Amino acid sequence: MRDPPVSTFNHLDALESEAIHIFRETTAELERPVLLFSGGKDSVVMLHLAAKAFWPGPIPFPVMHVDTGHNFPEVIDFRDRTVERLGLRLVVKSVQDYIDDGRLTERRDGTRNPLQTMPLLDGIAENRFDAVYGGGRRDEEKARAKERIVSLRDEFGQWDPRNQRPELWNLYNARHRPGEHVRVFPLSNWTELDVWRYIEREQIELPSLYYAHEREVFARDGMWLAVGPVSQPREEEQVITKQVRYRTVGDMSCTGAVESDATDVSDVVVEVAATTLTERGATRADDRISEAAMEDRKKEGYF
Amino acid sequence: MSSQITENATLLRLATAGSVDDGKSTLVGRLLYDSKSILADQLDAVERVSKERGLTGTDLALLTDGLRAEREQGITIDVAYRYFATAERTFILADCPGHVQYTRNTVTGASTADVLVLLVDVRRGVLEQTRRHLAVAALLRVPHVVVAVNKLDLVDFSQDRYDEVAADIQQVGKELGVEGLTTIPVSALDGDNVVDRSSRTPWYDGPSLLELLVTIEPQAIPSEGSGRDELPLRFGVQYVLRPQQGAVSPEFVEYRGYAGQIAQGTARVGDEVVVLPSGRRTRIVGIDIAPAPGKESSRTEARAGESVNLRLADEIDITRGELIAAADAAPEPVTEVDAMVSWLADTPLRIGQRVLLKHSTRTVQAIVRDLEGRLDLNTMTPEPVEHLELNDIGRVRLKLASPVMAESYQTSRPGGAFLLVDAQQGLTLAAGMVNDPATPGIVHPQSAFNWAI
Repeated sequence: MRDPPVSTFNHLDALESEAIHIFRETTAELERPVLLFSGGKDSVVMLHLAAKAFWPGPIPFPVMHVDTGHNFPEVIDFRDRTVERLGLRLVVKSVQDYIDDGRLTERRDGTRNPLQTMPLLDGIAENRFDAVYGGGRRDEEKARAKERIVSLRDEFGQWDPRNQRPELWNLYNARHRPGEHVRVFPLSNWTELDVWRYIEREQIELPSLYYAHEREVFARDGMWLAVGPVSQPREEEQVITKQVRYRTVGDMSCTGAVESDATDVSDVVVEVAATTLTERGATRADDRISEAAMEDRKKEGYF
Repeated sequence: MSSQITENATLLRLATAGSVDDGKSTLVGRLLYDSKSILADQLDAVERVSKERGLTGTDLALLTDGLRAEREQGITIDVAYRYFATAERTFILADCPGHVQYTRNTVTGASTADVLVLLVDVRRGVLEQTRRHLAVAALLRVPHVVVAVNKLDLVDFSQDRYDEVAADIQQVGKELGVEGLTTIPVSALDGDNVVDRSSRTPWYDGPSLLELLVTIEPQAIPSEGSGRDELPLRFGVQYVLRPQQGAVSPEFVEYRGYAGQIAQGTARVGDEVVVLPSGRRTRIVGIDIAPAPGKESSRTEARAGESVNLRLADEIDITRGELIAAADAAPEPVTEVDAMVSWLADTPLRIGQRVLLKHSTRTVQAIVRDLEGRLDLNTMTPEPVEHLELNDIGRVRLKLASPVMAESYQTSRPGGAFLLVDAQQGLTLAAGMVNDPATPGIVHPQSAFNWAI
C-alpha cells in the first residue's frame, strides 16, 4: 500500500476554514445574526472562529445567553469576562424570570434545560434575530447528526427533520420568510476531539471546571453531580470529595462530572481520545429522558 | 481509532448511496464498529434496542438511524453525518437514504463528497436506483466511486455471481462516464472486506473498503489542499473588511481586505488578478489571516480551501459577489447559462419560471428559458418533457438579470456549481451544473449524457 498523502493543510485547518466560510456567508446575507454563548467550550470556540472570520474588524453581531439560573458561577464569570474583552453586546434571557412570573413552571425533576426553549424563542423574536449561531455538533447526538449546517426554523421555532432543504456544495441557502429564522452550526463537522485539539492549538482559554480539580460530589443516575445551591444530595446520597472535570457545562443540576487527572489541555486531549463514552452519554441526564429526547426538544425549537 | 490521529491527518469526505434494503446503514454501522469508532454507551443503547425488538444479534443499522420515524419504519429518511478516523485520515461520512423519494438527499451528500460509496445487493444486481445514483455521481463528478457489492454471505461468497454483477456495474459506469469506479465484494452484516479482509473471498485480492478509503490517490481527490491548487485562481468575495474605528487595534484602522475562501488555485502576493464582472485588473499585495499561535498572520501565498483576506494594489470598489480571478485565465461573465439540473422541489419546474440563481458568493435573478429534456434513467437517453418533477435530472437554459462568472462544471466544480432558489418561499429548487459552452450539447463526452437535441 502507498503512504497516505502528507499535506500541510490538515483536517483541523479544513474544519477551521469551513467554519470561517460559514460565518462569513451567513453574516453577509442576513440582517440580524446573533451567537448563542454560554461560556461552554463549543461556544468559546465559536467566538474564537467568529473573531478570526472578521479580523481585523470586530465580531459584527451580539451574543445571547439563555441563563437557566442553574449555571456554575465560574462559567458565568468567564462569560462576562469574555464579552468584556471582546467588546460584545450580551443579551441575557433568564429562565428564572419566567419561573418567577409564572410563564414557566419548575419541573418535578428540577431540570431546567427543557425550559430554555421559550426564553430562547422570545429572545430571538424580541430582537428580531434572523440567524442564530449555535455550537451544535453532529457527533453529539443522533438527531443532531441529521441537521443541516444552515437549518430553517418556522415562526414557532420548530425544526422539521423530514422536510429539510437540501444543502449542496458550500452554497448555503439562508433565505427565509418574515418571522422565520435560520439556525447556523459552523461546528457541524467537528468532533469533541477536534474541538479539544483546536483549543490546544489555538491556546484558547476555558472556564476552569473543564480541567481536573477537587470538588464535592455525590452519585446519582451513574453520574457525579456537584454539590451546589441547586443540586443537593438526597438523604441516601453520600457526598465525597473527588478529582473531577466536566466534559460539558450545562446546568449544575443535570450535568455530571467525570473522574479525571487531566489538569491541562494536553491531558484532556489524551483523555478524550481514549474515552469509551460519548460526551452526552457520560454527562447529560436530560438526554436520557427518552430515546428521542433531543429530537423532540429540537422540534419544539430547542437547540 | 481516534487516539492515533496524526497531526497531519487529511480530511476525506464520503457519501453513501444505494437502494432501500441494500444494507447501507448496516455497512456504515460496520465501518464505524470495526474501526472502533463506536463508544461503549452508543453500543449499549443499540444492543438494548436490538434485544427489545427480539433480534438475535446486534442491529448495527440502529447506530445511524436517529429519527423517530426512521426507527419506527426501519428506513433512513435523511442524510446523517458520521465521523471516524484512522491514523492517516479523518472521515466525514454523509449517510444518504436510498428511497427514491429522498434522492435529493443523495445529491446533497454527493455534492461535497470526494468518494461515493454505493451499495448493491449481489442478489439483485444493478437496479434503477443504482443507475440513478451512478448518474448522480457522474453528473456531480464525484472524483471516486466505490461500489460495495453487498450480501455476499447470501450467495455463498460466489465469485461467479460477484464477477457478473461487477461487470454490469462497470458497464453502466462506462455508459454514464463515471470515472474511477472500483468494486469490492463485501458482507456488511458479518464485516467481510469492510475493515478487515475476508478469508471467505480467497478469490479477491484487492483491498478492504477501509483500506481503499485510506489509500485513494490524492490526485483523484480535488479536495482541500490537494488537486485544486494547480488550477487558475478563483476567489469569490464574501465580505469586505474595512474595520475603521472598530478595528481590533489602531494599526488596522485603514485596513481594507476582501474576505473569502480560495475555491481553486493558489493566491500569491504579486500575482496579477482581474476583478469580475467589472474586468478591472490589479495585483495582490497582501494575504492575511487572523493571528494564531505559531503561525504567520501575513502570508506570501494561500491555497485552495483556505479562508483568507486578500489586499489589492488599487483602491477598486469591490463588493460581495464579485470574483477575483487569475488575470491570464479568467472566466467570462455570462448572462445565459446552459446547465444540467437535478430538480429537488415538490413543485415542478416550468418554462418561464422566475428563480434566483446562487453561484459562488453571488445571487442573481433568472428566468427558465428552455427545458431541453429529461434524462430517462432506464435507457440513459434524453426525452422531451413539459416540466421537470422532483428527482428528475434535466437540461435547462437560463437567462440571467446580471452576469455571473460561471464556468464548465467539467473543468471546475466550484466554478460550475449553482443553486436555484425560490425567491418567495426560499426553497432550494435545484442543484445546477453548468455545461461547457465550448462544446455545446455535450456534458460528458463518452457518456449517454451526450444529448443531440
